[in-house]
Amino acid sequence: MADTAPESDQARPQGEETRRDFLILAAGAMGTMAAIGVAWPLIETMNPSADVLALSSTEVDISGIELGQTITVKWRGKPVFIRRRTQEEIDAARAVSLDDLSDAESDEARVQKDEWLILVGVCTHLGCIPLGNKIGDPRGDFGGWFCPCHGSHYDTSGRIRVGPAPNNLPVPEYEFLDDTLVRIG
Amino acid sequence: MRTQLFAIAAILGLVFAGIGSAFASGGAKEAPDHEWQHTGVFGTFDRGELQRGFQVFQEVCASCHSLDFIAFRNLVDIGFDAEQIKAIAAEYEVEDGPDDEGEMFMRTAKASDYFPAPFANPQAARASNGGAFPPDLSVIIKARDNGLNYLYALLTGYEEEPPEHFELAEGMSFNHYFAGNQIAMPEPLYEEAVEYADGTEPTLEQLAHDVSVFLAWTAEPELEIRKKTGLKVLIFIAIFTALIYIIKRRVWAKLH
Amino acid sequence: MTTPLHRYRIVQWIDYRLPIFSWTNEHLVEYPAPRNLNYWWNFGSLAGIMLVVQIITGVILAMHYTPHVDYAFNSTEHIMRDVEWGWMMRYLHANGASMFFVVVYIHIFRGFYYGSYKSPREILWWMGVLILFLMMGASFLGYVLPWGQMSFWAATVITNLISAIPWIGETLVQWLWGGFSVDNPTLNRFFSLHYLLPFLLCGVVFIHLWALHHRKSNNPLGIDVKSPKDTIPFSPYYTVKDMVGLGVMFFVLAIFVFYLPNFLGESINYIKADPLVTPPHIVPEWYFLPYYAILRAVPDKLGGVIAMVASIAILFALPWLDTGKVRSARFRPIYKQFFWIFLADCFVLGWVGANPPEGSFILIGRICTIYYFAHFLIILPLIGKFERTKPLPESIHQAVLAKKGGADASGAPPDSSAGSSPGGAQ
Repeated sequence: MADTAPESDQARPQGEETRRDFLILAAGAMGTMAAIGVAWPLIETMNPSADVLALSSTEVDISGIELGQTITVKWRGKPVFIRRRTQEEIDAARAVSLDDLSDAESDEARVQKDEWLILVGVCTHLGCIPLGNKIGDPRGDFGGWFCPCHGSHYDTSGRIRVGPAPNNLPVPEYEFLDDTLVRIG
Repeated sequence: MRTQLFAIAAILGLVFAGIGSAFASGGAKEAPDHEWQHTGVFGTFDRGELQRGFQVFQEVCASCHSLDFIAFRNLVDIGFDAEQIKAIAAEYEVEDGPDDEGEMFMRTAKASDYFPAPFANPQAARASNGGAFPPDLSVIIKARDNGLNYLYALLTGYEEEPPEHFELAEGMSFNHYFAGNQIAMPEPLYEEAVEYADGTEPTLEQLAHDVSVFLAWTAEPELEIRKKTGLKVLIFIAIFTALIYIIKRRVWAKLH
Repeated sequence: MTTPLHRYRIVQWIDYRLPIFSWTNEHLVEYPAPRNLNYWWNFGSLAGIMLVVQIITGVILAMHYTPHVDYAFNSTEHIMRDVEWGWMMRYLHANGASMFFVVVYIHIFRGFYYGSYKSPREILWWMGVLILFLMMGASFLGYVLPWGQMSFWAATVITNLISAIPWIGETLVQWLWGGFSVDNPTLNRFFSLHYLLPFLLCGVVFIHLWALHHRKSNNPLGIDVKSPKDTIPFSPYYTVKDMVGLGVMFFVLAIFVFYLPNFLGESINYIKADPLVTPPHIVPEWYFLPYYAILRAVPDKLGGVIAMVASIAILFALPWLDTGKVRSARFRPIYKQFFWIFLADCFVLGWVGANPPEGSFILIGRICTIYYFAHFLIILPLIGKFERTKPLPESIHQAVLAKKGGADASGAPPDSSAGSSPGGAQ
């Protein structure tokens, strides 16, 4: 009896501490999990909702577009220019040296089919919609588009040539489903 | 103290019974309990029932009832893939426009479109249905007390002939479960009303069961993930609370 | 006041300019709380947490909801179906409102039982009654927003009550509606006010807590704290105890949110509002049922409105209506019995409110309404005057020690000296 009593006195405080530490650790870990478990849905709930995501791609019938004509379609709330380029426009785009471009991109890299130029029609400067789609619109000095807000000029490949815009008009993700149907996004 | 707590619990039970009881009004019978796969704590939808129910809806109900809150893309939950959904949508036309002439036009439906309603507006719906309005069915199960059992009972609760001494108004049908016992909707389902694509025998009970499950899904498409998440949440909270309680006891034991 | 964190220079620098560390230490760590608080004291913090839950889920819902008669119902379904976790946010908010009322009602009845409304906590109590009024306003406004049948008709019935006010009633109700009936202007402004009220609530909660921290908490014995031996620091004792209560509350809330999300609601609210079709039974949410019963018990329209408002407003006078000098019902055997009867009366009123005003419900509703007011206006004043209270313990720590002493002794009853010491002195 007398032998075992001091031993158990020694053993208990240390066992106590480890058990207490474990409890605190476990509670802390679960508390962190709970905090993340609460925060995660709160963050995710602000993501685009299912109906918005459903409209994240749109199919466009391009069969009616004449040579040299541009149409504008709405995609993800923004205008998308689809231009059926003439041969002169294609050649003009190909003739440009990459050194002359502030945002250097070759025309070949910006189109899947030479005839069809598909761009997001939002100026990369401050977001206005460049002119050049309708007959009579100014097209700027390079035959493409002209942004009236601060004077950016885009060429026949939609690349920035003169003006405050830093980048070329973006090319969205798209896919030709067949000869008359293109899916954007 | 304990007896008083029990008294509170008993009264609470009374109150809940008072609130939750289905008021079967005007002689209508209360819907009996039917067996459902998805109503339990671990309940899930049977994809077969959902698809059959969808077929019943398309072929029978959709001629008069709209399903405004369901888009074709939602059918992925029923077990259709993107291609099948595109094909289903292509069977329908929806209004779009105005076009460049300022005219509205009809076009083939896409996955992102919602189910087109059979009538342009409630007035047109009433005109085609003897003055009665076929309600939208998207949330009908939640919009009726004991909705799931009620719908099944309603669909199987018609009588060809009303009982003796019952005055059935012109154009109405007798139903055991509808308030007032007369309903403007003629019996929509009967044996073999639909030929199931999966070959299941289309008895009246089967048709009513399947379309009820389909409508339970349209009312609560989040049901499966809700119950799954609930289980994880409850288990987590239970363990966490037990842990905190143990810590609480130890912290308080330190007093004296 | 220095805290352990003050060994860091940055803490000293901040605290010297804005004493957040000292303040937190004074009010949440070292704050002296009676050592004998039971779990009925958890419900104040639980109410505060539910207010936070409602505000967070509410702000999220407001990102996706459209307060226009043509879009409100649809936007709510959009939240349920298309918004990520939308169904959970919506069910949390709807069931959270119920949970908020559950904890607040228990919190109030704790106050009834232990005399927490008595001097010097009268203003603390008033702030509480104000909070209850604001909660009722906020939840009424919120219920209108989904624009279901019950949303519309409950709004119509309740706003129509205002027309009962003589002379100005008609004008007042049209001013509130923004038109000649509940319609789009009403919905729009109800949304705005529903967003506003919770922040007014936060303000009143702040004053409520300020008043509380000035005179400190009551306790189950109802006797004053007499020395530091009667108290323990709030942290870690009551922080960890509050967390236990929090876990239990969230567990119950989760059961409703994930498994019984529409149990407490009305099914007809899943039907779009139709001004031309009145539902057969118009019932408010469960937490309004007792007041609804009182409203309908009085056969006169204006009388019913006055009775309904008075049923809560009378609580402002409670510290004076209850003439008893002893706080806690533990030492007031007569009062204790009437407490339970009053509680039962409230439940019966709730049951009456849930049912159509027909048959025996009318009589029961009237009896219970009369009893409700009699409890405050007749019974409480009389009890205080004529009751014989049990002797109060000397002090809190003595009573706690006596209980512990009684538990350790081998079967002997608790130390009788503590029980029979001359009471009265508080």
